[in-house]
Amino acid sequence: MENSPDPAPPLLEVRGISKSFGAVRALQQVDFTLRAGEVHALLGENGAGKSTLIKVITGVFPRDVGIVRLGGEEVAPRSAKAALGAGIATVYQEVNLLPNLSVAQNLFLDRQPMRFGIVREGEMRRRAKALLADFGLDIDVAAPLRNYSVAIQHVTAIARAVDLSARVLILDEPTASLDRHEVEILFGIMRQLAQRGIGIVFVSHFLDQVYEISDRITVLRNGRLVGERETASLPRLDLIRMMLGRELAETTGTRASASEHMAREICASFEGYGRAGYVAPFNLELRHGEVVGLAGLLGSGRTETARLVFGAERADRGQARVEGAAVRLHSPRDGVRLGFGYCPEERKTDGIVAELSVRENIVLALQAKRGLHRPLSRREQDEIAHRYVRMLDIRPADPERPVGLLSGGNQQKVLLARWLATSPRLLVLDEPTRGIDVGAHAEIIRLIRELCDDGLSLLVISSELDEIVTYSDRVVVLRDRAHVEELAGEAIDVGNILAAIAADGAATVHEGRA
Amino acid sequence: MKGLPPVLITATVLVAGFALCAVQFPNIASTRVVGNLLTDNAFLGIVATGMTFVIISGGIDLSVGSVIGFTTVFVALAIERWGVPPLVAFVAILALSAAFGAAMGTVIHVFDLPPFIVTLAGMFLARGASFLLSTESVPIAAPVYSTISDFALRMPGGGRLTAIAIIMLVIVVGGALLLHLTRFGANVYALGGSRATASLMGVAVGKMTIKIYMLSSLLAGIAGIVFSFYTSAGYSLSAVGVELDGIAAAVIGGTLLTGGQGSVIGTFLGVLIQGLIQTYINFDGTLSSWWTKIATGVLLFAFIALQQGLVALARRPVAKSMGVAS
Repeated sequence: MENSPDPAPPLLEVRGISKSFGAVRALQQVDFTLRAGEVHALLGENGAGKSTLIKVITGVFPRDVGIVRLGGEEVAPRSAKAALGAGIATVYQEVNLLPNLSVAQNLFLDRQPMRFGIVREGEMRRRAKALLADFGLDIDVAAPLRNYSVAIQHVTAIARAVDLSARVLILDEPTASLDRHEVEILFGIMRQLAQRGIGIVFVSHFLDQVYEISDRITVLRNGRLVGERETASLPRLDLIRMMLGRELAETTGTRASASEHMAREICASFEGYGRAGYVAPFNLELRHGEVVGLAGLLGSGRTETARLVFGAERADRGQARVEGAAVRLHSPRDGVRLGFGYCPEERKTDGIVAELSVRENIVLALQAKRGLHRPLSRREQDEIAHRYVRMLDIRPADPERPVGLLSGGNQQKVLLARWLATSPRLLVLDEPTRGIDVGAHAEIIRLIRELCDDGLSLLVISSELDEIVTYSDRVVVLRDRAHVEELAGEAIDVGNILAAIAADGAATVHEGRA
Repeated sequence: MKGLPPVLITATVLVAGFALCAVQFPNIASTRVVGNLLTDNAFLGIVATGMTFVIISGGIDLSVGSVIGFTTVFVALAIERWGVPPLVAFVAILALSAAFGAAMGTVIHVFDLPPFIVTLAGMFLARGASFLLSTESVPIAAPVYSTISDFALRMPGGGRLTAIAIIMLVIVVGGALLLHLTRFGANVYALGGSRATASLMGVAVGKMTIKIYMLSSLLAGIAGIVFSFYTSAGYSLSAVGVELDGIAAAVIGGTLLTGGQGSVIGTFLGVLIQGLIQTYINFDGTLSSWWTKIATGVLLFAFIALQQGLVALARRPVAKSMGVAS
């Protein structure tokens, strides 16, 4: 860590980068500075613009405005290959190597040592071995890459990048599929590379790891730069506040008192429910007419909890009960049969069928529930579609329009209508307001409250803390794939949620690692 | 190393099959029969070598049989009707077939079309063009043909290693060297692993695609010339379906149809296995020659099942932890 301001120009300078996809502004006037020999963490929630920024820097996406300087000179690579040539290498979570080739061939593809047009296999292997030895790896380089673990494949990819004279190394979620021991090794390699003067951009959602390895942190939110800080002088609570946004939120909305809620009937309950390596066992009670919010950082186990509750993932321990009776919940079919509904986060890929009309999308789940031998008549379909288009105010109010042509907010409403048509008792909403405009936000939130007044039980995941605070009767806070806190009534506010998310932070930073 | 590489399995099948045949018909175990086997399958061995490159790179070339047919007709007409010296005719047809392959490769790469469709179109095109040239069989009487047909190396035991068998062996050995020892060969495997990744890693994917189909068509052209030596005629219906025999040989030899894995030697063994079945049927004398196809079909099934099994084994997560030296 440096104790004096760096006199030399920074290794990589990004100034005023903007990038739009159609009407969506993915990046707005973002600056980013990487010094030689530092590990710089790039943080932000889903959709904050991290991967867009990386892809703009490496030329995968053309940028709208802004400049990138490498070692003081302006660069504008037009492809990942050109960026590599300029000295900017990226290693993605999905290793971009060829599993069917040998480790040595992967390291030296297209630049093998040659003599008389023949690849010098022995020389290539010797060099490969020497190169990997630098990274503390002693493996058979003649074996196909697929014989090795993801960790070794990562190191191989890094070794190739570094050997291609990379000066900037971007690691996108490199630790996501590594175990603790492998992470240690990777960090050792990162420190060693930083000492050699290579600048490393580290993208990760594991905050413990960020505090362990990084020198500085840049945070993005909603495509904008929030700030750049020294890791050592940035308390974890402040970091999370930077990532989740809004300094403070006033608690609005009418919320029934905690005691009143305790009196309501339990709709579904989960005791010691969990799955090894997925989410730690948790207890969760969902009452009629109640909204339970799931808060936590990306990767904390929110979506995982939702998928277990719906049956999309099978629990390997614990007991689920509906209206007090023990039930089997092994598949989404079981979930639907029990009257559960699930609107996933990836609306476009997991939710709507873009080519089908609004009507067809709405009746999809109901038809599936009834079974194919009892088709809904066209009149019933029209009736259902019209009812929900009116009730949820779906615009344009044309049930025959393909869903793909609707705005994000209206697509979300169609998804909601699909599940409401099955008259569910429990609806799970994963990031219902993601990617929709501000006006639609408020409307979705209003809908959530209304639905719950009708006696529906709702489990809602959101990264927007003020939102969660506004509509939740209870909030479950998750951290590191475990439920760590449950807030109810007056205790629900942004500060308490942040404190719960960050709770172990201070402790682990001082102890080193968990 | 776990398991047996597919090539070794193919080799075992060949040796065992040869032994079984030799037990029933001791005469099979002679250099005479082996020499004939090589001669009869020379054109197939050449075509299958090219096919191996194409399949390993993740593609397929259905046009090679038609290119052989076209070549025989072109060569026969050029020599017998147009009075072109044989050598000039050979050079011309090889240039033509290489250009044909390059064109298919270009279409595949530039328009990002499935090789299956593009080479299927090439197959119809080449076959149709050979009918356009001549619908009848054109005998070739040029002196060079009888010279080459008569040429053979004597093997101990009275077998004859003919010129076309030698051409095939040279191409198989050359193909194996090209595939396993050169940068071009490594890139063929890289393409079969993943085109997108290979491109990211610096392989000129477009150029490689064009070169690979060019190689396949060029070898089909050579196979066509060899076929015309073999039959001393040019006929537009010759070598129908040989592309499928070539694919079968490659698959039996352990080449993965999805690309990324395989070897020229394996393909050569696959050709020999098909030749052995044919020889057995000839010796038996009572079996219909179509049994060759049936036996090949059974073998294909067996090998595809075997490959799927091996792939499934490889997919199983291998729990190897990192070798730590620091």
